Amino acid sequence: MSDVPDNAPAHCPGTQSEDAGKASACAGCPNQSVCASAPKGPDPDLQAIAERMASVKNKLLVLSGKGGVGKSTFAAQLAFALAAQGKEVGLLDIDICGPSAPKLTGLEGEEVHQSGSGWSPVYVEENLAVMSIGFMLPNPDDAVIWRGPRKNALIKQFLKDVVWGSLDYLVVDAPPGTSDEHISIAQFLKAAAAPGAAGSSGRNIAGGMDAAVIVTTPQEVSIIDVRKEVSFCRKVGLQVLGVVENMSTLQVGLPTLRFLNSSSSSSGSAAADLTAAVQAALHEALVVPGLVKDLSEVAAATDVFLPTGGGAGAMCQQLGLQLLGRVPLDPLLGQAAEEGRSVLAVGAAAATVANGGAAAANGKGGSQQRDAPSAVALQAIVQKIIADVAAANAAAPAST
Amino acid sequence: MSDVPDNAPAHCPGTQSEDAGKASACAGCPNQSVCASAPKGPDPDLQAIAERMASVKNKLLVLSGKGGVGKSTFATQLAFALAAQGKEVGLLDIDICGPSAPKLTGLEGEEVHQSGSGWSPVYVEENLAVMSIGFMLPNPDDAVIWRGPRKNALIKQFLKDVVWGSLDYLVVDAPPGTSDEHISIAQFLKAAAAPVAAGSSGRNIAGGMDAAVIVTTPQEVSIIDVRKEVSFCRKVGLQVLGVVENMSTLQICADLR
Repeated sequence: MSDVPDNAPAHCPGTQSEDAGKASACAGCPNQSVCASAPKGPDPDLQAIAERMASVKNKLLVLSGKGGVGKSTFAAQLAFALAAQGKEVGLLDIDICGPSAPKLTGLEGEEVHQSGSGWSPVYVEENLAVMSIGFMLPNPDDAVIWRGPRKNALIKQFLKDVVWGSLDYLVVDAPPGTSDEHISIAQFLKAAAAPGAAGSSGRNIAGGMDAAVIVTTPQEVSIIDVRKEVSFCRKVGLQVLGVVENMSTLQVGLPTLRFLNSSSSSSGSAAADLTAAVQAALHEALVVPGLVKDLSEVAAATDVFLPTGGGAGAMCQQLGLQLLGRVPLDPLLGQAAEEGRSVLAVGAAAATVANGGAAAANGKGGSQQRDAPSAVALQAIVQKIIADVAAANAAAPAST
Repeated sequence: MSDVPDNAPAHCPGTQSEDAGKASACAGCPNQSVCASAPKGPDPDLQAIAERMASVKNKLLVLSGKGGVGKSTFATQLAFALAAQGKEVGLLDIDICGPSAPKLTGLEGEEVHQSGSGWSPVYVEENLAVMSIGFMLPNPDDAVIWRGPRKNALIKQFLKDVVWGSLDYLVVDAPPGTSDEHISIAQFLKAAAAPVAAGSSGRNIAGGMDAAVIVTTPQEVSIIDVRKEVSFCRKVGLQVLGVVENMSTLQICADLR
C-alpha cells in the first residue's frame, strides 16, 4: 500500500514525498517528470469518500480468495435479511468484470440515474439500495475489458459519488482474489477510518465497524485460496468478523431425486429410470408404518465438496477465527438467487426475521411452507453478525 | 488493446507512435515526457515469447467469466487426459492470486528451478509439465497482493522464460473475468500468431491452433458472466472451440467409496 510504484527504482522516496522526482534515486525512473510535476499531499477524492461514508454506520466486506463459493449470493441474502429487520442497507457490488448483484436482487434492466448530488443507487425496497456496474452496461452481454486502474477509478466513484444516504450497513460484494479491487477498497476504507484507530480495531468515522466476512466452501482447493485472503486482511489491517462455510452438505427433499440404473447407462443404452420403483419402496418403508407423514418430510443429504483438510472449521481453529456458520448446498437457495429474492421470505425463518431475531415460538411461523435448509442456517448467521457488530460498537470508546 | 493509456487525452496518437509525446494533443498529458523519451517499436519480450512458443503446437485457453465453475479442475483433467494419450502437454496456471494447479495435479510443495536456459516447469509425468505461481510461494498461506502490472509481468515470464520444450498442447488455466490477465495473455498469444492470419482463424506460428474452451455451470447467474467472456473472445480475436457445461446434474454413484 506504499506510494512506491511497481516500476520505481530502489530507494524511491515515494510519489507523495517532497523529494518525488527530485531525489538522486529518481534519475532514470520513467515516472520522474510526472513525480516532479504532480501535486503532492492527500488525494482530495479520499476526503470526498470520507464525507460520503460519514453516514454509513457499519461496512461489511464479503471476501473470498476463491471464486464461485457464494460470496455474491451470501452478500445479497445478508442484505435482504438486514433490510427485512428494518435496517437501512446498501449493497455495493465491486465485481467489475462479473457483476452479479442485479440478477441476485431481481433488478436486471434497471438503470442508475445521475443528478447534481451524485449517482442514485437502485432500490429493491425503500431501505435496500444496490449499486453495480451491471446497471450501467448498455448491453448485458458486453464484456467489461478493463485493466486495474479503470476498475479502481470506478470503485472510487462508487464510494464518493453514490448518494447512499444514511445507512446502518453497507455490504460490499467483492470479486475473488487479492488484487486491484481489494487493494483499492482497503485503501478507500482507510480514508473513512476513525482517526487514531488501529487498523485492526475496525472502527470508522461513523462510529461503527468495518470488517470482513470470509466465505469458503469445504474442500481444500478452496481453503488454500481462502487462507491467502485471510493473510490479505491481516496485512491491510482489515478485521475479520468471521468465516461462513457455504455448500457444506447437499440437502434436498427426497421427491426431487431421480434414481438411475448406472449399469445400463455404462453399457451405452438409455439409463433405466428407477425413480418410480424407489419412491414406491420408500413409501412402503417410511410412510406406511407412519415414520413420516409424507416423503417430502425426508431430506437426502450428502457431502459434495469433501472437507479433506477439515474444511472451514479446521481453518478457523488454526487461524484463530470465528466460524459464523455452515450453509448447506441447497437448490432452493440457488432458485432464490436466480429469481432475485430472499430465501428467508417464507416459513418460520420469515417469522423469526419479523420478530427481530427471536425464534418463532412453536416453529409454525406465519406460513405453511417449510423453510429451506439454507434459510435456517443463513438466519442464524445473520443474527450472529448483527449481535457481533452491535457488541463491538457498544464496547468501543465513545467517538469524539 | 490499443496503445492509448487510460489517462490519455482525446486524440492521443498512441504510445508507440512516432508522434508520441510530440503531437499537439499530448500537451498536458501526464505521460507526455515519458512518451517523448521512451523507445518506440515492438516490445523485444514479444519476440522472445514468439521464439518459445514456436515449439508449442496448440494452445488451449480455459476461460469463464464466472468463478468456481470448474475451469481449473477441467483444465487439469484435460491435461491429464491428453498426456495419457501420449501427447506432450504443458499446463500453465495464470491465476496469480488463487493458483490451483499444484493442488489439482498433486504437486503441492514442489519448486520451480532456474537455469541458464530458463525456468524449468514441474513434471507430473515425463510428458506433462506444470507451471504456476503456486510453486514459487515460500509459504502457501502468503497472499499475492499484486496489482495488474506485476501480474502481467509474471504471465509474460511464464511464456518467455519457462523451458516448455516441444509441446503438442499448452493448456492455459485463467482466473475468472476479463481483466489484466486476460488482456495480457491475448496480447502475448498474438505475438505468436501466424503472420497475416486473421485473429479469429486461431493459427499460430507453430502451425497449430490457439483457441478458447469456455466453461460454465447451468444457472443463469453464471451464464450472464460467461456471455461476457464470449464477447471478450470475439473482441480480441480469440477463436472459441466450444463450451463445457459443468456441474450439470449431481450424480452420486453408490459404490464408489
